Parts: sequence; C-alpha cells; structure tokens
Amino acid sequence: MKKKGIKINNVSLLIAVILFIGMFIYGSLAFDRFGSLATIFNLFNGSAYLIVVSVGMTFVLLTGGIDISVASTVAFTSVLSAYLLRAGWPAIAVIPLMLLMGFVVGYLIGYCVHVFRIQPFIISLAFQFLLRGMCAVVSRESIPITNAFYKAASLNRIKITIGGSTAGLYYYVFVALLILFAAWFVLRFTRFGRAVYAVGSNELSAQYMGLEVKKIKISVYAINGVCAAVGGIIFSINTLAGYSLQNMGLELDAISSAVIGGTLLTGGVGTVIGTLFGVLIQGLIKTIVTYQNLNSWWTRVTIAALLCFFIVIQRIVAIRAERQKMAA
Amino acid sequence: MKKFRQSLEFKPILFFILILLFCGIVSGGSFFKVSIVDGHLYGRLIDIIRNGSKYMILAIGMTMVLATGGTDISVGSVMAISGAMACSIVDERILLFLHGNVPAAVALALLCGVVCGTWNGFLVAKLKVQPIVATMILLTAGRGIAQLIADGKIVTITSEQYYLINGGYFLGLPVPFYIAMAMLVIALIITKGTAFGVAVESIGINANSSRLAGIKVERNLWLIYIFCGLMASLAGILESAGIKGADCNNCGLMIEMDGILAVAIGGTSLSGGRFSIISSVFGALIVQTISTMIYSFGVTPELTKVVKALVVIVICLFQSPEFVGRIRGLFKGQKKGAAA
Repeated sequence: MKKKGIKINNVSLLIAVILFIGMFIYGSLAFDRFGSLATIFNLFNGSAYLIVVSVGMTFVLLTGGIDISVASTVAFTSVLSAYLLRAGWPAIAVIPLMLLMGFVVGYLIGYCVHVFRIQPFIISLAFQFLLRGMCAVVSRESIPITNAFYKAASLNRIKITIGGSTAGLYYYVFVALLILFAAWFVLRFTRFGRAVYAVGSNELSAQYMGLEVKKIKISVYAINGVCAAVGGIIFSINTLAGYSLQNMGLELDAISSAVIGGTLLTGGVGTVIGTLFGVLIQGLIKTIVTYQNLNSWWTRVTIAALLCFFIVIQRIVAIRAERQKMAA
Repeated sequence: MKKFRQSLEFKPILFFILILLFCGIVSGGSFFKVSIVDGHLYGRLIDIIRNGSKYMILAIGMTMVLATGGTDISVGSVMAISGAMACSIVDERILLFLHGNVPAAVALALLCGVVCGTWNGFLVAKLKVQPIVATMILLTAGRGIAQLIADGKIVTITSEQYYLINGGYFLGLPVPFYIAMAMLVIALIITKGTAFGVAVESIGINANSSRLAGIKVERNLWLIYIFCGLMASLAGILESAGIKGADCNNCGLMIEMDGILAVAIGGTSLSGGRFSIISSVFGALIVQTISTMIYSFGVTPELTKVVKALVVIVICLFQSPEFVGRIRGLFKGQKKGAAA
C-alpha cells in the first residue's frame, strides 16, 4: 500500500518529463531534421541564461516569496557590462563587479522583505523599475560587445558526438549546468537547503525550531540576485550586445518554468530539476512553433494554450492525489 | 480623528496630499493652476484625474482580487482585447451588421472582459490553479487574441462619439473621471452595502474556514475575477478612446504592475484580508501624480523610471510599521537607552 502514496511534487516532475519527451517525439515525427542531437543542444544553448535565472527564482519561490526584478537585473547586467567593456575595462574586472551588483540588489530586496515586512512582489517591482531605469541611464542604444574574452566565449563550442551525430555546446552551457547541479546539491543535501524548505512550508514553525529565518530569507534573495547577474552575463555573451529594453517579461518565463516543473508558489514544494524541465519545455514549445512557421501572434496563443494544458493536467493529477491521500 | 488615523485610508490620503503639496511648492504654484478653456477646466490636476481614471478603474477591480489573496496579471492583455474589439467594430472591420454603432461596440468590448474574467475565475475557483499562474495564461495569450481580432494591424478610428469617452467633458470635468467615480460608487455599494465585502475579506484570510463557515467561496471567486475582467475591459476602452485607436502590442503593456502597485500603495495586503477600495483609488492617484510630476518637471526620459522607482520605494518603506518604528527609534534612541 505504501508504494501507492506518490508525492505530489514527484508527480508534477514526472508529468513534466513525460510531456517533454512526448513533445520531442511529436516534433521528430512531424518535422524533418527535428529529432536530432542538434535540436536538444540548441535548446540548451538558447536557454542557458533562463536556466540560471530560473534556478535562482526557484530558491525564492521555495521560501514562499517572489522576485520579479530578475528580468531587469539581466538587462542591467548586460547593458552595464557592455558599457564598461566598451570603456576598456577587462572582462576579469567586469564579471565580478556584475556578480557583486546582483548580490547587492538581491540582498536589499531580501532585507526589505524580511526586516521591513514589505511584500516581496511590491519591493521587487520597485527594483524592477529602478534597474530598468538605470539601464536607460547607462545607454538607450544597443551597445555591441567587442571584448576578446566575451567573443571567444560566444563563438567557440565544444563538439560532442553521440551515436554518430555531432553537435556543439557553448562553454556557458556548462556554467549553467554547474550552477544547476550546485543548486540541486545545496537544496538536497545541506542544512541550508533543508532550512529553505522548512521556511517555505511554515515560517513560524521554522522560527520556533530555532532556524535563522532572517539569514535564510535574505540569502535566497541574494542567491537569486547573483543567479540573475550570471544569467545576464551569459545573455550578453550569447547576444554580444547590451540593450536596455531586452528581456521584457523574462521574470514570468522564469516563474512559469519553475511552476511547470512542480514548484508551488506558496512555498515549500519544488525541485531545481523540475525547473530545468520547465525551461526546456518552454524552449521546445518555441522551437516547435518556429518549425510550424506560424504567425507571431499565433505563437503567443499556442504557447499560452500549451501552458494552460500543462497547468490543468498538473492540477487534475494533484487533485486526484489529494483525494487518494484523503481516502487513505 | 484617531479612528481615521488608524484606518487604511489615512496613509494613502496623506501621501497623496504630501506629493501634491511637494509638486505645488517645487513648481511655484503652477502645478495647482486650473484655468477654464473652451468652457471646461484645464490644468495639471485635471490631467491627473483624467489620466488617472483608468488606473483607478483597474485598481477597483484589482483590490478585490488581491483581497482574496489572489492576483490578476492579465488585466493589460484584457485591455488590449477590449480595445481591439471596440475599435474594430467602430471602424467596421468586424461584425459589419452593427454599422459601427458605438454603444454596441462598448457593450461587446465589456462582454469580452466578462468572458476573460470568467476564464480566469474558472481556472482559479474551479481548478484551483495558483492565481498568478492562471492569469499568466491570459497574459500571454491575450495580446495574441487581440491581434487576431484586429487582424494584426493597428486599428485607427474616426468617431467623435467614441472619442467622447475619454476626451469629453461634463460640467467642466473630464468624462473618464465620472466613469471612475461611478465604478467606485458601485463597488462601494456592493462591498459595503451587502455581505459580499465581508465574504471577500474572509476568503482572503482563510478560504478553507470561510467555506466551513458557509461562504460560497467558489461562486464569490468567480464573481470577483469577472468583476476584475470587466474593470480591465472598461480601462481598455478608455485607453483606446484616448489614443483614438487600438494598438494590440502596447495597449496596457505592463499596466498590471501599476495596478497592483496602486493597490499596494493604498495599503491592501497582497496576501489577502483587509482591503479598502477608497485607499486603492488614492493609490492610483498617487501613481498617476508621480508620472505627471515627472513629466511636468521635465525630468529627462532616461531618469523617469528611476525617479518613479525611488518614490515607490520610499512610500513602501513608510508603509512598513517596522521601518517607521526604526526611524522613531533613531530619534528616541537616548530615551529608550535610559529606560533599558
């Protein structure tokens, strides 16, 4: 009997994985040259920055918070680093500075959320405006990046051959996967990770248990800020330019990735592996829509319809699982 | 007086007056100047109530959604849909048998809002999807649907009757202001005059115990999301009448953030519970005043968002009892030290 009691979050993850595989098979059957290693690798190449941002977002969502400033952080990172690189700064100075910037932004949001009890949505919205505004202050035009290091990272790929077909992965994909692995390890095996889940499940009881809620909550926002900055660096390597209006609405992509992967916005439930599949599913939807050669407005409707499909299936399964639990 | 100071309405009204005073002093009084041009009032203050109307209308709908502990981030897209619908009908692109009849166009656009709200309500109340995720579907799809209605074009219209909705005047004041006030009165009657307001608050505090107490949680959630969709479509009509056309890509872009911001500045908690529609309306006026202030002082466009963000952060900080307590502590530091 015990085997039947599947956890809800595992079910969501399972559905995400099955749907990903199902969509990939559908794409392979429907289109020529879709079912190849290159498609999968391009998926990773194209969404490496989103993976990093979504991993950071998962930490915040797990504590029951939300941070909608990440899109602006990504944009600000890419604009500011493009500006500094054009001014002649070396990449080795720019990258740590960006990480520090992300950390400070995240820390400030976390501090306001926990100490001043401002609602996370609102304070991160204010920071979203602030950083978007700062982008325009730095430059309204798109700045090209000509730095040698960025160019090298942008153009060189590692060729990998599996089963006779060869495809390339950019270096930054490995950075993204490394961060993903680190996040998975931290959440799963460390004291800090357990504490994050505990705070998300019930902040009050976590406090009574003697966990340092303040430290944990500020840390997750700081981690999220750093992840957003890393995402911004990867994004600027990817596009080799900084533009103040790019990535509008990225925060919703990050949040929906986490949600498709089974993270609950109420906190306490979710994994970064699920988030990874959430990102990949969204990337795959976009790829399929591109293959279908649809109008841009149909793209939006299709993505929304698929998103809806996922969410509804997830809910139905979750409701059934809850009923089973009640019956047991 | 003390009762008023403790009410939700106190701080937003205070902030609103302070910002207005600040603008008035910095501009040397010209901010308050209201003159009569062509038989109606004209000035910065009139600008604020005219342009602020759509925020007020959005905030009225959004307040109830937030009071139940939910969110509706699809309002911008709903605005785009209703704008596209109304303009396409008025311009006789779709539904030709209506012959560009303006009241019919408005009615159908409002119906679009109701349909959108029903969809959101279905996802949130029936399927119990998390509100932010549920409304994200319409946020993504809405602009696509709007473009399908408008056939991917920017619809421009020439209808004096339709322009009146945003540009007209009645007894010297702009028409949108009357629309916003009418909505406010209706919302107040619904929430204060019936048990509906208490039900909303109770759902926001604890949906489960509300159900056990006999409140029809599901039905009320449907109604709230439908009302929010209706308000969004009304705001969309105002916006499209203002720009004399429907631009599906930019109509109400990111306006959901401003709407939520207005409610939050008004002091309604985003986690649900206590709410005040009047303070949300003042929150909306504050948001609009900040924008008008920035434009009228000739702040460079680059800095607009930065200034707005800083003002919002300051208001948020002063809304937080912890922060205010700390500031007080700084001034009373010695006293406290002596007591300890």
